[in-house]
Amino acid sequence: MKKILYSQKFAPYIFICPFVITVLLFWLGPIFNGVLLSFQDVLKDEWVGLHNYNRMLTDKIFFKAVFNSVRYMIGTLVLLIPFPLLFATLLNSALMKKANLFKSIYFLPALTSVVVAGTVFRLMFGESDRALMNQVIGLFGLEPIKWLRNDLTAYFAMLLLCCWRWTGVNILYFLAGIQSIPTELYEAAEVDGATKWQQFWSITIPLVKPTTIYVLTISIYAGLSMFLESFMLWKGNNSPNNIGLTIVGYLYRQGIEKRAMGYACAVGIVLLLFVMIVNLIQLKLTGTFDKEDR
Amino acid sequence: MKKKILSLLLSTAMVAALVSGCGSSAPATDAAAPAADAAPAEEAAPAEEAAGPSAGGKTEMEVEGDNVTTLNVWTFIELHQAFYTDMAERWNEEHPDQKVKLVLSNMQYDDMHNKLSLALESGEGAPDIADIELGKFPSFTAEKDIKLMDLTDAIAPYKDSVVNSRLDIYSKDGKYYGLPTHVGTTVAFYNTELLDAAGIDYTTIKTWDDFKNAGIKYKEATGAEFATAETTAMWMVNLMLAQKGGDYLTADGKLDVNNAKVVEVLQYIKDMQDAGALGVVPGGQPDNEEAYPHYNNGEFAVQIMPYWQTSRFTAYMTDLKGKIAIAPVPKFGDSDATWTIGGGGTGTAIIASSPNAQLAADVMAYIKLSSGANEEVWNVLGFDPVNTEVWTNKDLTENPDNQFVQFFNTPPFNCLLEMQDSIGSLHSLQDAKAPSINNIFCTQILTNIFEGGADIQEELNAAQDQLINELGE
Repeated sequence: MKKILYSQKFAPYIFICPFVITVLLFWLGPIFNGVLLSFQDVLKDEWVGLHNYNRMLTDKIFFKAVFNSVRYMIGTLVLLIPFPLLFATLLNSALMKKANLFKSIYFLPALTSVVVAGTVFRLMFGESDRALMNQVIGLFGLEPIKWLRNDLTAYFAMLLLCCWRWTGVNILYFLAGIQSIPTELYEAAEVDGATKWQQFWSITIPLVKPTTIYVLTISIYAGLSMFLESFMLWKGNNSPNNIGLTIVGYLYRQGIEKRAMGYACAVGIVLLLFVMIVNLIQLKLTGTFDKEDR
Repeated sequence: MKKKILSLLLSTAMVAALVSGCGSSAPATDAAAPAADAAPAEEAAPAEEAAGPSAGGKTEMEVEGDNVTTLNVWTFIELHQAFYTDMAERWNEEHPDQKVKLVLSNMQYDDMHNKLSLALESGEGAPDIADIELGKFPSFTAEKDIKLMDLTDAIAPYKDSVVNSRLDIYSKDGKYYGLPTHVGTTVAFYNTELLDAAGIDYTTIKTWDDFKNAGIKYKEATGAEFATAETTAMWMVNLMLAQKGGDYLTADGKLDVNNAKVVEVLQYIKDMQDAGALGVVPGGQPDNEEAYPHYNNGEFAVQIMPYWQTSRFTAYMTDLKGKIAIAPVPKFGDSDATWTIGGGGTGTAIIASSPNAQLAADVMAYIKLSSGANEEVWNVLGFDPVNTEVWTNKDLTENPDNQFVQFFNTPPFNCLLEMQDSIGSLHSLQDAKAPSINNIFCTQILTNIFEGGADIQEELNAAQDQLINELGE
């Protein structure tokens, strides 16, 4: 026993054992089962071959859900990477006063429950002219908008909720990245006469790249698998004309609400493959794999 | 190479683990997705009766004596709990040898149905008795072997005194699986104060044409809205379709949502909207938290709703006390297939695999269908009970102490008695396809037509295709 524990060969495997078991049990197992179920009609308990996948190909609502998810994911990437990076740089700057206060304020939304926040946002984006957002645009002389009933305004609402909630978290990631950059680099740059902007562009951005890749990776995944925000904004899984329907929302609708568990599994498998492919391409392009090989 | 694959696997796993830890995502890859997150009732399916705060809660009856059978009950309307326990106590008094003890768990609307569905699917953890909402009911009777108990025998003693169309909506192939709570007769609620000011006498509104003309006149006189075109519910749409003798399915149960009668009904509503007789209320239907204030402050004057809307008036539209008249709904003409229909509803079902199923069925039939129980349905909940013996009992229906009698300025049951012999329903509501049809109307079709100005026929054709794809016909 002692021999195995102390052996250079086996010890590492023992250490990663809990993690591997977790992955097998709670990740690969369900995926495998999901693949099997995706070829079945669970309610009738029959094997249906590729029927579920064929159905998906002609299912407009499914494509609408994919479109919504992808659009949302892109929106979050555009907003939730550059801005938190910029804010983190500002917070890190010596000129910034009360940096800790701002850090806390930005981080606070992440501590709230999406259920509560989503409900509050739903009320803020209400249709009546007394709803908060309509009062705000009313100050500029605009007519009340049915925020959650129009495609683009609903997209805006979802993105706003997402930014409100996740900006602080991403700031923390970037802050950690920035603070690990040696200050000598900045001092040297200053001696050479680089402006603050040049320093940011040529030192900060390249050196926080690992953090950026990490944030990018989880944002892609989180964006594509968003569900609860939309579920709360529309008080259920049904938004007008499905403007808020996401892939996971569609999976939920089919599997839980309509009890078409087999079809829901097929949707889940497609989502899995989709996320994997997008993430792998992105990791490849950002050169994450090359580094490991060196 | 090996290292590459390993690192790939690990990093993907890491990402999955980390992100799911963030709580921003549902486990998409998990086949048996976990129970729903806590959330308010679904909008599109008639969230009837579910409006009140109905968070989780457990109530246990206290029953003395031996030989007491414990029955687990799942509900999604907290009001039902008190009602059930009161009635179960009466049962125990009358049946000392068959005493029951109800253990009631109240869950949020979606939660309860999803949990029940999973429990029945997996064969574990189901209660003895469950309240199932009408919009969800067909999905529980769609299976090859239905897991709900056939209640035909338990219903038999009460069958003659209740509105049979309300039993039919919870039936399949001639067997009854649910016990109704109320009729949900669709009626018209008129704000008489506003209508009088605009010179409109609601009692002269007999047909939809009268309704339309009154709406146009009202809009011209006041600039405010008369009634709403629905975008998130189908109370009025279903009513008008039933009056025309139409349905969403053919007689042999095939999808037919784009048939001529559906087009006619939607066109009629669209014409009313274009003429100014209808607006669109925020929230898309009268039974909605966003809509209540707009009725309460008089921006909309009329509601075509099932009878249980009474309870919303007393709870959420309190400023309207003494200003609302309840009247029969307009019709197209004397040759209509039916005058009104029942809307929404909760069917109490017994889980067939329960060891006490037979007793549970007898108790619940007593609790929900006996005349004593139906008196309480009116007194406490303000609904129109399925046992029509209650409808003619003036001591109850015109009891001056009753909050509903006090609220409305017409005797609340008069219009019900007027329409009593012509309360129909749409057959498609019992079909397994109903939830999907409802879903597509309340999320796409009605919004696109009444807010987006889409072409009615095209919209319905697209919906028909989508439904065929979904239901595989």
